[in-house]
Amino acid sequence: MAGLSVKLDVRSYSGFKAVTFLCLIILYAPLLVVTIYSFNASNSIASWDGFSVHWYVDVFTGPESAKFKRAAWNSFAIALIAATVSTMIATLAATGMIRAGKFKLRTLSFGLISLPLMVPEIVTAVATLIFFNAIGFERGFATIIFAHIAFCIPFAYLPIAARMQGIDETVEQAALDLYATRQQVFTRILLPLMTPGIISGFLLAFIVSLDDFIITNFVKGAGVETLPTAIFGAVKQGIKPNIMAISTLLLSVSVVMVTISYFVSKTDKTT
Amino acid sequence: MAISAPDGEPAVSNTYHKSRTWLLLPSWVVLGALSLVPAILMLVYSFLTKEFRGGVIWEFSLAAYDQFFFDRGLFGDDSPTLDWTYIAIFWRSFWQAGAATLLSLAIGFPTAYFIATRPVQTRAIWVFLITIPYWVNLLIRTVSMKFLLRDEGPLNLSLMAVGLIDSPLQIVNTNLAVQLGLFYSYLPFMVLPIYAAVERYDFSLSEAAADLYASKWVTLHRILLPVTKPGVIAGCILVFVPSLGSFLAPDLLGGAKNYMIGSLIEEQFKGNAGNWPFGAAASMILLTIVLVILIAFARQQSRLERGRV
Amino acid sequence: MKKHILTLTTTALLAFGITHAKADGEVVVYHWFEYMPQELIEKFTAETGIEVVMDTFDSNEAMLASLKAGGIGTYDVSVPGDYMVKIMANEGLLDTIADGELENKANIQTQWLDAGFDPGRQHSIPYQWGTTSFSVNRDDYTGDISTTDILFNPPEELSGKINMLDSQGEVMAMAAMHMGMEQCSNDRKKLQALNDMLEEAKTHWASFNSDTAKEVLVSGDASVGMIYSGFSAKGREEGANIEYAFPTQGFVAWMDNVVLLKDAPNRENALVFMDFLLEPENAAAVTNYARYAAGVDGVSDMLDEELRTLPEGNPPASAGPATFIEVCDEQTQAVYDQIWTNVKK
Repeated sequence: MAGLSVKLDVRSYSGFKAVTFLCLIILYAPLLVVTIYSFNASNSIASWDGFSVHWYVDVFTGPESAKFKRAAWNSFAIALIAATVSTMIATLAATGMIRAGKFKLRTLSFGLISLPLMVPEIVTAVATLIFFNAIGFERGFATIIFAHIAFCIPFAYLPIAARMQGIDETVEQAALDLYATRQQVFTRILLPLMTPGIISGFLLAFIVSLDDFIITNFVKGAGVETLPTAIFGAVKQGIKPNIMAISTLLLSVSVVMVTISYFVSKTDKTT
Repeated sequence: MAISAPDGEPAVSNTYHKSRTWLLLPSWVVLGALSLVPAILMLVYSFLTKEFRGGVIWEFSLAAYDQFFFDRGLFGDDSPTLDWTYIAIFWRSFWQAGAATLLSLAIGFPTAYFIATRPVQTRAIWVFLITIPYWVNLLIRTVSMKFLLRDEGPLNLSLMAVGLIDSPLQIVNTNLAVQLGLFYSYLPFMVLPIYAAVERYDFSLSEAAADLYASKWVTLHRILLPVTKPGVIAGCILVFVPSLGSFLAPDLLGGAKNYMIGSLIEEQFKGNAGNWPFGAAASMILLTIVLVILIAFARQQSRLERGRV
Repeated sequence: MKKHILTLTTTALLAFGITHAKADGEVVVYHWFEYMPQELIEKFTAETGIEVVMDTFDSNEAMLASLKAGGIGTYDVSVPGDYMVKIMANEGLLDTIADGELENKANIQTQWLDAGFDPGRQHSIPYQWGTTSFSVNRDDYTGDISTTDILFNPPEELSGKINMLDSQGEVMAMAAMHMGMEQCSNDRKKLQALNDMLEEAKTHWASFNSDTAKEVLVSGDASVGMIYSGFSAKGREEGANIEYAFPTQGFVAWMDNVVLLKDAPNRENALVFMDFLLEPENAAAVTNYARYAAGVDGVSDMLDEELRTLPEGNPPASAGPATFIEVCDEQTQAVYDQIWTNVKK
């Protein structure tokens, strides 16, 4: 009993909890504004004209509903593909960088992996467009996915690498000494230990892809819209409540998904 | 922590050194084609002659770098003096991004630590709580942020109602607003890597420290921070570098009165200036500075790794 | 009976579509964000069988950059502003519309037929036109606003409450009017004075923003805002007590135009699309949506009532001249770019 209380005591820092809640307040306060104003009867964010669900009806039946629906699907498909692929590439790369000894190209590889972070987006956008053009790659869905995979890699890589650096190698060594193959060690030991890093990396890659406007806008080609490009257009003339409604719906979708995943993980005792 | 190699070689594990090439190949191919080639293209462009209103003429020229470093007066025929205009813009951006990174670290580290010390079942929920807001478009979030911070916005109104201030704080269109905006834009980029690192922190270390009568803050400073350093560094990079090139927060919250690196470069490609070589040169200078910082970091890291053996 | 008529009309329309050579398929339009009502696009497809593939841009310069980076050859038509039509023509990005290729060309109002930026309308047709000036919140300031001093040398109570458009062309054009000089000057003294005036004026400005030009006025964050006429009208309709100014020194006029791009993959369809937009009924639909003015004859009967008496669209007698943004040559432009950098550094 005494040991437990000491243990708890060692873990908790007074004030960290308060900071966490402050952090959540900062994160959610602007969204509260979005949610409230999505029920605004008025056309403008600047004034409140009474409660209305008018804008939610507009999202599903308005003249632009088809466009936004398609854009939402595109965005999710792209974010899912780009985040999955870039997380896989990043996991392999992290293993190669951190679990494969010293080698000449290590610093260079690190530079290459962080390159998409360092080049301003607008430059990447123009250069990528010129590049696609030079090799005769027609702009469309595929060009967006390729571009997104590339710039998501560092966002997936850094949390994964940070995690891997902290994993003690003795367990892997022990398994190898017991004649486990390297593949078995990778899939049975390293990957499970890596899970929080991989999830962090995937989530970052996902939201980076979901949010990207500049590169997408340049490489997308005619007729393919993503949510940011569609929203950017609609917001040009001032944020209208229908955009607020779309944002609130997106929030609700993500909240529902989190809730489901919570209950799934709760019933699934094996994880 | 790391296993010491008998011959004193650095303790970088090499379990997979045979498959190294295959592990790294996908990233080399993808980033080589989609990141390195465009970057090289821009490097080449920065040494070409500008075509009026966008585009390049394939003739070698140093004009872009000359424009960056030398002032030749309004009409371009004064004798050249060192031009502080663009250096000041870079300095301002680095300063803003640095402030935003420190702010993110100050809030992000305790948050990540708090999440990592929750019971295993609820950690995922906390992680999602941090990322959910980012399902809403950055533009929308930034505009909402501006609405909150306005002179007659909810923040000022509530502070005045509580009696903390008498007149509204002018936040919008100041540097503080830009820093807040950048901080808000990239906060989870700080929290998640640190969380991933703290999550596997061995608390017996803290217990041992406590047994030796180390205060908790000493433990934090001497043990927890060094052990979770890779996560902290990853977080700082992920916040600092995108902040440098961003222009949404500076434009919307800072009033766009002063160029930041991002908006300066954007203007060369999408604005009236249409000076692609100059935009490319400014990008290359930015890239070089950041790359030097990162590689110095990486060097220092491996020196530390070596030192720990 | 009604059903039959509908079927007949549809068949007729379809038949009409087929008689147009290669008229089905698609037309790829590179357009401003939110500038064409969805209903009108659907109407076009219903009438012609041509699908509209839309791509959007947020500034003339961004469109130019995208086309120069390889976009040319993938789009059929685009919608540049006046000066950009001239720039694009100079760059060889536009195709020429031969005489007789546009059936409805005669619908273009005579004053726009021989526009300075496209003499003889060889590459373009009018889409919408309007003006750029500034609006003042009348709750905050009751004095005379028919002068560019409000922007560049404001009375003390307006200092620090001014939002400028983040657009070099428009700010420079207004500044030139304020100084009473030409837009593309080579006079060093005047240029230096312009530079000094702008650097001093900047100390009175709160922000540069084009996208939120209306929002900041409606919310009261700014008391003065440089703004497009239609934007100001919308802000007023949203309840802001703002007045659009027509300075005696002058203000900026602009016109967006539909141009036929070089190497258009669906050139025939592009011409059908342009003809469609020259129909008074369709031009009126755009005007009712965008709140600007069409450059097409026969539109006025089909406009919303309030559009005809819009204060933003009807300058008083005291107003100065409306002037288009001029296209300077490379050397002159370099000086203006430098001035803009000095303003924003």
